[in-house]
Order: sequence, then C-alpha cells, then structure tokens
Amino acid sequence: MTDRHMIRLNDVTKVFPGAETAAVDRLSLEIGQGEFVALVGPSGCGKTTTLKMINRIIEPTMGTIEVDGRDAMSVPAHELRRSIGYVIQQIGLFPHRTIRQNIATVPALVGWDRDRIEARVEELTVLVGLESSLLDRFPAELSGGQQQRVGVARALAADPPVLLMDEPFGAVDPIVRGRLQSEFKDLQSRLGKTVVFVTHDIDEALFLGDRVAILNTGGKVEQFDTAEEILSSPANRFVEEFLGGERGLKRLALLPVGGLGLERGPMVERSASADEARRVMAEYDVDWFGVLDGTSLSGWASESDLARGEVAGLELRPLESTVSTRSSLREALDVVVTGHNRLALVVDDGVFMGVLDVEAIAREITG
Amino acid sequence: MLFAQESPLFDWSWVQRNFDTIWERTVEHMTLTGVALGVGLLMAMGLAVLALRWPATYESITSITGIMYTIPSLAVFAFLAPIVGISTPTGRFVTAEVALVSYTLLILVRNIVTGIRNVPAGTTEAALGMGYRPSQVLRRIQVPLAMPVIIAGLRIATVTVIGLVTVTALLGKGGLGFFILDGFRRSILFPTEIIVGVTLSVVLAGILDLGLLLLGRAMTPWSARGTT
Repeated sequence: MTDRHMIRLNDVTKVFPGAETAAVDRLSLEIGQGEFVALVGPSGCGKTTTLKMINRIIEPTMGTIEVDGRDAMSVPAHELRRSIGYVIQQIGLFPHRTIRQNIATVPALVGWDRDRIEARVEELTVLVGLESSLLDRFPAELSGGQQQRVGVARALAADPPVLLMDEPFGAVDPIVRGRLQSEFKDLQSRLGKTVVFVTHDIDEALFLGDRVAILNTGGKVEQFDTAEEILSSPANRFVEEFLGGERGLKRLALLPVGGLGLERGPMVERSASADEARRVMAEYDVDWFGVLDGTSLSGWASESDLARGEVAGLELRPLESTVSTRSSLREALDVVVTGHNRLALVVDDGVFMGVLDVEAIAREITG
Repeated sequence: MLFAQESPLFDWSWVQRNFDTIWERTVEHMTLTGVALGVGLLMAMGLAVLALRWPATYESITSITGIMYTIPSLAVFAFLAPIVGISTPTGRFVTAEVALVSYTLLILVRNIVTGIRNVPAGTTEAALGMGYRPSQVLRRIQVPLAMPVIIAGLRIATVTVIGLVTVTALLGKGGLGFFILDGFRRSILFPTEIIVGVTLSVVLAGILDLGLLLLGRAMTPWSARGTT
C-alpha cells in the first residue's frame, strides 16, 4: 500500500427521488492504492449506495468521487465501469453465455484479440480455483460457490485496478463462504487490487478488511480503522454495540499464533530418563509430557505411563491439540479448552515450534 | 338437403384439377401471415422500447392494442375499406395487413415487455457494471434472455394471424380462406373446397408453430440445460 489514494469520496450525498432524508449524507472517504476496505453497518446505513456511487450504478446527488486520479463524473459511465471490477451478491452471470464467455465479458468489450482473451480466461480459471472443464457450461449448471468464483474471475478479467464487491459471499452457504473468504483474502494479497467490500457481517469485515469503515444511518462514518484498532478501542457506543459480544475473541481471531513468544513446554527427548520426564512435568505442573525426535514431536505420554518403564520404551499417544504459527489465537484457544492437554501444541509442517497456554492467550485479550 | 346427392363429400379430382390455384393461395396465405408478423414484430419492438424507457406509457399501449385486439375483424375491414380503398389489389392488401397487424400487437408487445422485465435485476446490473452501454444491455443481454417469452408470444400471434387471414377473403384476398368462402358461396354447397381451405390453414398453423418452437429451442440452448 502506498500513500496514493485510489478512491476519494468528497462530501458525497445521495438523496433518492421522493425520499425525505439522504441515504448518504456528505460522506468523505479516502482509500489507498492496494488497500482492502470493508464497508459495514446495519441495513439502511447507505453502505451499498456508497459502493454503487463509485461506479455510478447510482449517480450521486452532490459531491465528487475520484477514481484512480480522475473525476468519475468526467468520463462516460460505461467507460468508467470498464476499469472497475464489480461483483454483486446476486452474482449476475449472463445465463445465455458460457462460463468462458462470461469471464471474457470486459476484455471482449474493450476489444482484446481472441488469443489474448483465451489466454486470460485460462489464467483466471486457475487463479480463482475453477476447473477448466466448467468453461463451456452455462451458469445454471454450476453450484452457487462455483458461480461466485466465476463472478470474481469476470470482475478481474481486464485487470482493473479497483474492485467493488457488494456482499459477494452473502448468497452461498456458510461453509463455502468461509472458504471463499479465505481464498479471496489470499488472492487479494497477491494481486494488490484496491478493493471496496460491502457487507453487513462484522466478522467478515474484520477478517477481510485492511481497514474497516463502520457506517451509521445516512452513511455517517463512526469509525474507520484497522480491525485490531476497532476491536481494542471502539470509537463510541454505536461501534461497541455493532461489534457485539465476544470482542476479545474476535480480536484473537485476527492475531496469529506466530506473533507470540512460545514456550518449549513439557518436552523431553526420546532418550530421556523417567526422572527427567517427571521433572519437566513438575516444572509445568502437568501430568503429561511430549516426546521429541529431533525437531519433530512424536507423541505424548502421561505420568502413569512412566510406571511401565523408561521414556524410550513407552508407546506414545498420538498428537491432537495442534495448531500452526499461521493459525489464529482464537483457534489456539479453542484447542486449549477442548483438548485434554490444556496447551496448544504449535507445529509447522512437522516441525515443533513450542506450546501456548491459556495465560499467554489471555494476556493478548487484555492487550 | 345440404349436399347434392350425386357429389361425394370430398372430391379428389377437384384437388388435382386445381392444384396450381391451391398452391397460389397457400403462398398468398403465407405471404399475408409473414408480412403481418414481420411488420407487427417491428412495431411491437418499437412500442416495447417506448414502454420500457417510459413505464408510464405501458398502460396506454396495452389499452390501445387491447382494444384493437377485441374489435371484430369484420368491423375493422368495414372501417378501413373506405379509408384505404379496396378497389385496387394494393388497397386490398394494405387493408388486410392493417387489420392483421393490429391483432398481433397486443400479444407481441406484452410478451416482449414481460420477457425483458423478467430478466433478473442482478443480471442487468452486472451488465451495466461491466461497462455495457444501456442500448447494448438491451440488445446483448435482455433481448436474448427474453427470447423464450418473445417466441412464445410470436407462436400465439402466428396461429392467430393464420386463422384471421381466412377472413380477409371477404376483401378478395384471404389465401386459403378464398376456398372456404367460395365453397359456401356456390349455389350448391361445395364441401371439398371448404375442407381443403380449412385443413390446409390448420396444417400451416401447425407447421409454423412447430417451426417457431424448434427455432426458439435452437436460439436458447442455455435454457434447456440443467437447473440446479
């Protein structure tokens, strides 16, 4: 992200014909190049109206909007839109065109030649995780999740610098939604597009957005900051209420395990004696110990197992309760409270990294 | 006694003797139908664009075309004859076509407008969002998607017009209707002619209806395949 602004809204107002109050009232917002901004708020807060004014699906009543350094009103709407990717909740694939033709919409519109379009479609198919066998099908033959992948591919087709997304994952089932969210976050971090993303789901906003704008009725920005900052210091009561309960847990969901210092935990080498094992258990005040084989963790045994002999001769119990340094602290906490070891074992690709206990996690909640 | 005793109900030799005339009248029937549908479709498209652009006009358009649809065809001929004039072949053709076209408008306008309005709002919004001009959205997205409904309207209009063409026999046109009228007008009723006129006009309607059905399917392969 650079300091350059990709999208700048200046005192933007929208009054719908016949409405007494403005749907969006003098909203100003600056979005940096490559930034992923989530607009979130209760229904009627004007978040969708705001989004749709950026590509002029809804024309603002007053105010100015700049996209990529030019006044959005100074160019014909259809030209402006060709340089802005657009994904909506209804997906809106063209039912009479094949998936291939759908993805190729904007490149065809701006006159790319056939070979270039073909190559781009193939590239996008891989990028969004579609099977190329689907390319010659019609949209009605695809599942909701597959259709939304096509929707994203279509929006990215002509490589626009800006992507507008209006509740794009709202219509798919929760399991698919979670996967699409993670994949899209990953995709965005590689592509570096400027994304404006509308949702009514605060968790989605906090998970995806580099910054989150929490809007109140009339498009009033109550807080515009990083998810971490919003969770640790909500600007006012409205934000607090909108965040809902479990703020601490939500914050943990944003923090990676890798950000914390990890302890070694009650671990011994395979060659260790029974006494050594008893000593580390006493040190950590637990009734079990893990057995290391070089950098990898082979398994664990309990104190009572030691009655049968030395560590080297024990049959080890398989590892559960593991997370990676990329896991969130929330996942780690879940492992700690549901597993019987009272610790989360942190393992990256088979390499033991350390352990995390509930106290370490709690220190992060309180900040 | 309705039929003359000595003549059979259906006289094949008459058909053989008059084969050329039957063919000519069939062609005339198809021409009258084709022109009426072509002109009707063009006018309906214009009216539909008007109704879609200014929704307030839709009610007036359906009222007026609705009245045209309800007036008995004979009354339309009687009304038009002195205006257009039926003394020349062209006058008779125009009078017939004006009447026929007026019967297609309600069905066609209504189906075009309904078909286009039924295109999901999200599809239209996505098309605009991709950067299609509004006129391109209409031609490339909305009209193709409305095609099943438009074709359905065209099929009803076709069958209606083929039936109505027979009535234009009263103007000296009428295609296959000529035989029906002539069969009744003879001093002794001539069933063969009536049967030929009726049968061929029904067969024609059936063929064109089936043709449009198949054309519609060929044009909308996407609507037939899976809906999950």
